[in-house]
Amino acid sequence: MSKKTNPKAWILVIPVVILVAFNALIPLMTVVNYSVQETFGSNVFFWEGVKWFEQVLNSSRFHESFLRQLAFTGTVLVIEIPLGIVVALCMPKKGPWVSVCLVLMALPLLIPWNVVGAMWNIFALPDIGLLGHTVNAVGINYNFTQQPTAAWVTTIVMDVWHWTSLVVLLAYAGLCSIPDDYYQAAKIDGASAWSVFWRIQLPKMKNVLTIAVLLRFMDSFMIYTEPFVLTGGGPGNTTTFLSIDLVKIALGQFDLGPAAAMSLIYFFVVLLMCWVFYTLMMRNEEQ
Amino acid sequence: MASIMNGKKWLLPAIYILFLMLPIYWLLNMSFKTTNEILGGFALYPQNFTLENYRKILTDPTWYNGYRNSIIYVVMNTALSVTAALPAAYAFSRYRFLGDKHLFFWLLTNRMAPPAVFALPFFQLYSAVELFDTHLAVALAHCLFNIPLAVWILEGFMSGVPKELDETAFLDGYSFSRFFIRIFIPTIAAGIGVAMFFCFMYSWVELLLAKTLTSVAAKPIAATMTRTASTAGYELGLLAAAGTLTIVPGAFVIYFVRNYIAKGFALGRV
Repeated sequence: MSKKTNPKAWILVIPVVILVAFNALIPLMTVVNYSVQETFGSNVFFWEGVKWFEQVLNSSRFHESFLRQLAFTGTVLVIEIPLGIVVALCMPKKGPWVSVCLVLMALPLLIPWNVVGAMWNIFALPDIGLLGHTVNAVGINYNFTQQPTAAWVTTIVMDVWHWTSLVVLLAYAGLCSIPDDYYQAAKIDGASAWSVFWRIQLPKMKNVLTIAVLLRFMDSFMIYTEPFVLTGGGPGNTTTFLSIDLVKIALGQFDLGPAAAMSLIYFFVVLLMCWVFYTLMMRNEEQ
Repeated sequence: MASIMNGKKWLLPAIYILFLMLPIYWLLNMSFKTTNEILGGFALYPQNFTLENYRKILTDPTWYNGYRNSIIYVVMNTALSVTAALPAAYAFSRYRFLGDKHLFFWLLTNRMAPPAVFALPFFQLYSAVELFDTHLAVALAHCLFNIPLAVWILEGFMSGVPKELDETAFLDGYSFSRFFIRIFIPTIAAGIGVAMFFCFMYSWVELLLAKTLTSVAAKPIAATMTRTASTAGYELGLLAAAGTLTIVPGAFVIYFVRNYIAKGFALGRV
C-alpha cells in the first residue's frame, strides 16, 4: 500500500508525542543523570563517569539475576507459545461455545498483577492451598516458600496460567482469518492434518504469532509484581528477577547510581531484542 | 483415527479452562470463609459460609475508596490514551512524513520500558509538578505504555480501511475534522472498542507505578490490599474477598467486548 507524503501529518502526531515524551524523556534523563553521579543524600552530587556501569557489568549479582531472567523468559516462551497454538487449534470454530471459551480464557488477563500473585500464593501454600495440599497428598514434598525448585516451578506455572490465554486468543484470531476454501482445497488434495497445519495454518498465523512472541518477551522480561507477591524473590535469591533486583537496589538500599546504571543496561537489552523482533515483523508485513 | 481425534478435540480447551478456573475458585472459596477457618485447615468448600468479608469491604471507606480510585484513573487514562492515539494512528496509517518510522518505533519502545526502571524518577517528576497522589498522575503515567499500544492497535485497524473512503469524502467536500468524526470514527468503531479494552486492561492490572504515585487520596485498590495483608497479620479472608472483587470489573468488560475479542487480540493484523 503506497502512502502519500504529507509533512503536515506531524500535527496529528503532536499530542501523542507530548504525552509520551513527558512520561518517557524526563524520567529517562533523570536516570541517565543518576547513572553518572555519586550522592551522599541532601542533593549533593559528584561526577562519577562510567564507574557505576563498570560496577554493574562486573558484579556477579547482576550476572545472576540476568541469567535467571533469561532462563525464566526462555522457559515461559517455550511453554506458552506451543501450548497456546495447540489450544487454539482445538477450539471450536463457531457456535455458542466460542464466546464461552473466549470470555473464560481472557479472565486471567484482567486480574491485577498483585492479585494474581496473592491468588497463587494461597493456591499453592502447602497447608491450606488446593495445589500445595494436593501435591503433598500425592506424596511429593512441596513447599514453594522453602524449596528453590518448587518456587521456580510455581512461578512458571503461574505465568503460564496468567498469559497463555493471550497466545491462544492471538493464534485463534489468526486461524479464524483463514478462508474455508483453503481447507476444502486441502481436503480434496487429501492432505493430512499435519500438513494442513504446516502448510496452511502456521504460515497464516505468522503475523499474529510474531506479535505474541514480542508481547510475551517484553512482559515476561519486565515481570515484577507477580513473583514479588508470590515468593518475594526467594527463597534466598532464587526467584529474584531483574526488576525485583532493581527495585531492591534502588528503593531498598537507596543506591541510586548503580540502580540507574542497571536500569539503563536493562532497558537497552529489552530495546535491542525488541528491535530485532520488530524488524522481522515489519519485513513479514511488507511481503 | 482422525474422526476419534476430532471427537475428543474439545477436551483440551476444556482441561485448559479448568486449569484457569482452579486458582480463581480457590480465591472465591477463601473469600467466603473467616480467616480463622482458613488457617484452621484444608477444606474444599466453606464450612461456615460467611459474607462478612464482603460486608466489611463494601462498608469501610478505606476499602471501597480503593475501588473508586482505581476506576477513576483507569477511565481517565482510557479516554486520554484513545483520544490522543486516534489522530496519530491515522497519520501513521495514511501518510509518510519526516521520521515516521523512527517515531513509531520510539513510541513502541515505551511499551517495552520496564516500569521498575521508571518508578523512582516518576515519583520525583510528579512530585515536582505537584500532581503526586492525584488520579490524574496515575492516568498520565499509564499513558507511557497505553498510548503506544493504542496507536499500534488503531493503526492496524485503520490500515484495513481502504483509502478510497477518505478520497471520496474529500471530493464530496468534507473538511478533515468533519470527515474524521462523522465518517472515519464510526467506520473503525470496532477498533476503538478494542483499543479501549486494552487500555482499560493494562491500566487496571498495573500496580507498581500506581502505587508509587499515590499515598492516600488516590490509592488504588490493589495497593490497599498489599498494605492490609502485611500489617494486619494476614487477614486472608478479607484479602481473598478484595481480590475477588478486583476480578469483577474485568469480567464485565470482557463480557461486553466478547464478540470482538478474537479479532481484537490480533490488533487488527490478521
